[in-house]
Amino acid sequence: MIRRSPGLRRALLAWTVAGLVLLYVPLALVVLNSFNASRTFGFPPSGFTLRWWIAAAGSSGALQALGTSVLAGLCATAIALVLGTMAAFAVQRFRFFGRRAVSFLVVLPITLPGIVTGIALNATFTSLLGPVGVTLGLGTVIVGHATFCIVIVFNNVAARLRRLGTSFEEASADLGANPWQTFRLVTVPLLRGALVAGALLAFALSFDEIVVTTFTAGPTVQTLPIWIFGNLFRPNQAPVVNVVAAVLTLVAIVPVSLAQRLGGDVAGSRT
Amino acid sequence: MAQVAARRDVRDADPATPGIALEGVRKTFGSVVAVDRVDLEIADGELFAMLGPSGSGKTTVLRMIAGFEQPTEGRIRLAGIDSTDLPPHRRDVNTVFQDYALFPHLSVQQNVEYGLTVRGIGRAERIRRAGEALDMVRLAGVGARRPDELSGGQRQRVALARALVVRPRVLLLDEPLGALDLKLREQMQVELKAIQREVGITFVFVTHDQDEALTLCDRLAVFNAGRIEQVGAAADVYERPQTRFVAGFVGTSNVLDGAAAAALVGRPGVFGIRPEKLEVLPAGTAAGGGLRSTEGTVAEVVYAGSTTRLIVDTDAGAALSVVQLNADTGPAALRRGDRAVVAWHPESVRTLESASPTPPPEGSA
Repeated sequence: MIRRSPGLRRALLAWTVAGLVLLYVPLALVVLNSFNASRTFGFPPSGFTLRWWIAAAGSSGALQALGTSVLAGLCATAIALVLGTMAAFAVQRFRFFGRRAVSFLVVLPITLPGIVTGIALNATFTSLLGPVGVTLGLGTVIVGHATFCIVIVFNNVAARLRRLGTSFEEASADLGANPWQTFRLVTVPLLRGALVAGALLAFALSFDEIVVTTFTAGPTVQTLPIWIFGNLFRPNQAPVVNVVAAVLTLVAIVPVSLAQRLGGDVAGSRT
Repeated sequence: MAQVAARRDVRDADPATPGIALEGVRKTFGSVVAVDRVDLEIADGELFAMLGPSGSGKTTVLRMIAGFEQPTEGRIRLAGIDSTDLPPHRRDVNTVFQDYALFPHLSVQQNVEYGLTVRGIGRAERIRRAGEALDMVRLAGVGARRPDELSGGQRQRVALARALVVRPRVLLLDEPLGALDLKLREQMQVELKAIQREVGITFVFVTHDQDEALTLCDRLAVFNAGRIEQVGAAADVYERPQTRFVAGFVGTSNVLDGAAAAALVGRPGVFGIRPEKLEVLPAGTAAGGGLRSTEGTVAEVVYAGSTTRLIVDTDAGAALSVVQLNADTGPAALRRGDRAVVAWHPESVRTLESASPTPPPEGSA
C-alpha cells in the first residue's frame, strides 16, 4: 500500500462518495418512481402503488421487445463466443505475418462510435446486400451486435490465454493428449471463467444497445431499448417505462457481479 | 494400449540402440543461435544431467527432445527411431516441468490419471496405477486435493507421479529441484535417484547447479554458449576437465596461464588444479618427495567448518586457492600475511584447452 496523508485520504473518500452518488441517485430515483402514485414523477412521491408494475406485466409491447432483446443478445453472444475465441487463439497461440494488425482490427469496433458502425452496417445491408435478398430485421441486428460483442470475448479470452502461458498445454501434449483432447480437457476448462465473463458482458452490451440497433433493425423489429425510447415521451406509457427501467437495473446487477467474480478467479477452477 | 505394447517391443528388441541420440542438432531463434551442432548419445536407463549456465542451450535441447521445439538442423532419434518431426504427444517421453504445470482445475488424482485418461484407459486401471504412482512418490492420501493446496515439494512429487504413471521410456526433468529449499532439495536428490533405480528408465535432467549434477547423475554434459564442452561420467568431468570453462564451472579450479603457468608447472600452456589437491605448509617446511611446490604469502583465510579455504599469493604471480580439510588439526595455524609453501602432486595438474573447441570452418550453411 502507498502511504497517503490523512488530508489526501479524506479528499479521496469524498470524491469516491460524490462519484457513487452521481451514479446511483438517478438509478434509485427510477426505482422509486416505478412505485410513485403520481403519473408525472413529482418529488417527493405522492403515494405508493403497484399499478405501473401490473400494467408493465400486461404490456404486450414491452414483453415482446424483451423477448426480441433476449433473443438478439443470445445469438450475438453465441457468435461472439465462437469467433472471438478463435481470433484470440489465433493471435495468442500462433505467430503469423500481420498478427498485430489483426489484433488491432478486431478490437477497433469497440472504439468506433456506434453511429459510424450503424451507418456503415446500414449501408452494407441495404445497398450492398439488399439486392441479394437481405432485409433489415432480427438477423441484421444480431450481426450488428456481434461486431462489438466479439471484441469483449476476444479481449477476455486473449488476456486469459496470455496469462496462462503455454505450459499447461505443453504438459497436456507431453502426457500424450492430441491437440483436440488438450483443447477440450485443459484449455477450455482453464478458459471457462474468461468465457463466462466475456459472454455475460457481451450479452449486457447487446441488451442495452440502441444506436447500432436503430440502423440495423428496420421497421419491424423492436428491441427493448428501442421500445423504451419510443415510449418514454408518451404520457400514458412513461410510468411503465420506469418499471421496465427499474427491472433492468436490478437484473443488470446479476451478470455484472457474476462477470466480476469469474473474471477475477485465476483459473476459473472453482465450479 | 496396443500402442504402448508396440513401443515396449521396440525397447526390448534392441538394447544396444541409444535411448536418445542427437545428431548435429542446431536451433536458432531469429538470429540467435541457441544450440549449435550438438551431438549426444544417452543410453537406456541412464541418469544423465545437462549442466550449464542459463542461456547455454541446455533447456532448448531438453525441449527439442520433448518435441516442444523443432531443431533448425540435425536429427533426433528416440530408441533408434527418427523422431525429429513427431509432435510431443506421439513421443514416448515425458517431462517434469520447472514450474510443474499441474492442471489447476483438476484434483491431484485427476492430474496423475491424465496421461491414462487421454489414452482411453479404463477407470479401474487408472485409479490403480495413479495410486501406485502416488505411493511411489510417498504422496498417498492427497489425491482429492487441488494442486494449489500442496506445498512446493508435494507439487513436485505430483508432477513426477503424473509423468511416470504412463511409463515413458525417457523422463525429462527441467531444473527439477530449482524451486525447492536446500533441505528439501537434498532429500529429493536422494529420492530421485531411488525412484530412477526403481523404474529403471532414462532420466535426463537440466540444471545450472554443478553440485546437483555431480550428486545426481551417472554422466553429464557441460553446456556453454549452445555447445557441449565435455561429456563424461561425473567423476571424470570433475577430475579431468578438458576446457577452461569446465574447470571453472564444474567445481572451482585454479587456472594457470602465461608466465605463472610456465613458472609453476614448468611448461607453457593453460592448466587447472583443484583447490583441494593443493597442500599449504608453513614457510620453510620441505614438501614431500615427488611434489612440486612454490612459496607465497597468505592473502586470505576463510574458515568454513569442515574445511578452511586459503588464498595464497605466490611469488610466481598467480593467486592460488587452497582448500584444507579440518580433519584433526583444527583451524589452520596459518594467518593472513604469513609466508607459506604450496605443494601439489604433478599429476593433479590438468592441461586445459585454452578456449572452447573451435567449430569446424563454416560451409555454405
